[in-house]
Amino acid sequence: MIEWILLILLAIGVIFNLLASIGILRFPDVYTRIHAATKCTTFGTIFIVLATVVYSAYNWMSSRESSWVIIALHSLLALFFLILTNPVGAHAIGRAARKSGIRPYGAVIDELEGRL
Amino acid sequence: MNAETVFMGAFLLLLVSATLTLIRLLLGPTIPDRVVALDSMTTTTVGAMIIYGVITKQAIIIDVALVYAVLSYIATLYIARYLVKKRVGVI
Repeated sequence: MIEWILLILLAIGVIFNLLASIGILRFPDVYTRIHAATKCTTFGTIFIVLATVVYSAYNWMSSRESSWVIIALHSLLALFFLILTNPVGAHAIGRAARKSGIRPYGAVIDELEGRL
Repeated sequence: MNAETVFMGAFLLLLVSATLTLIRLLLGPTIPDRVVALDSMTTTTVGAMIIYGVITKQAIIIDVALVYAVLSYIATLYIARYLVKKRVGVI
């Protein structure tokens, strides 16, 4: 029973991470690559950490060892830092790319042209 | 089907995903392409490290993953600042 729950959660996480890497390889310019990379990897890592928390809770209920509590809490802390820092980093690198003069792929009208 | 087998398969697929991102890191034409690829590879590696810490039942590997995520964030912000101001240094 616990294997199937873990399989579903880990499959969602791994599929989103693979979609992110395919998007980074295939999209044409840096802004669409940011769009693929940040959202997909953050969402996939949320589900991977959810799978570890479910597995730790299951093992803790059967054996009552305190190391499973430590593993679950530290995984949640790492997930909290990822959720906090990933969008800020993506915003900073997108802004820096636009300010350093990289135009979007196939852009016809650029309203930020003379204002930067 | 064992729970450790499921975690091990997810770990190997995450390593495949990080390797696919490494291709864009090596051949990306501009600096922001490489930074985005590095950031995405770091996030995938953090997920793989968390899974490895659960498999081997060691919480220290998850602490290493946390520090790795924060260091990657600082590196991304610093390279973005370099791209805007075109010089290195704190001030």
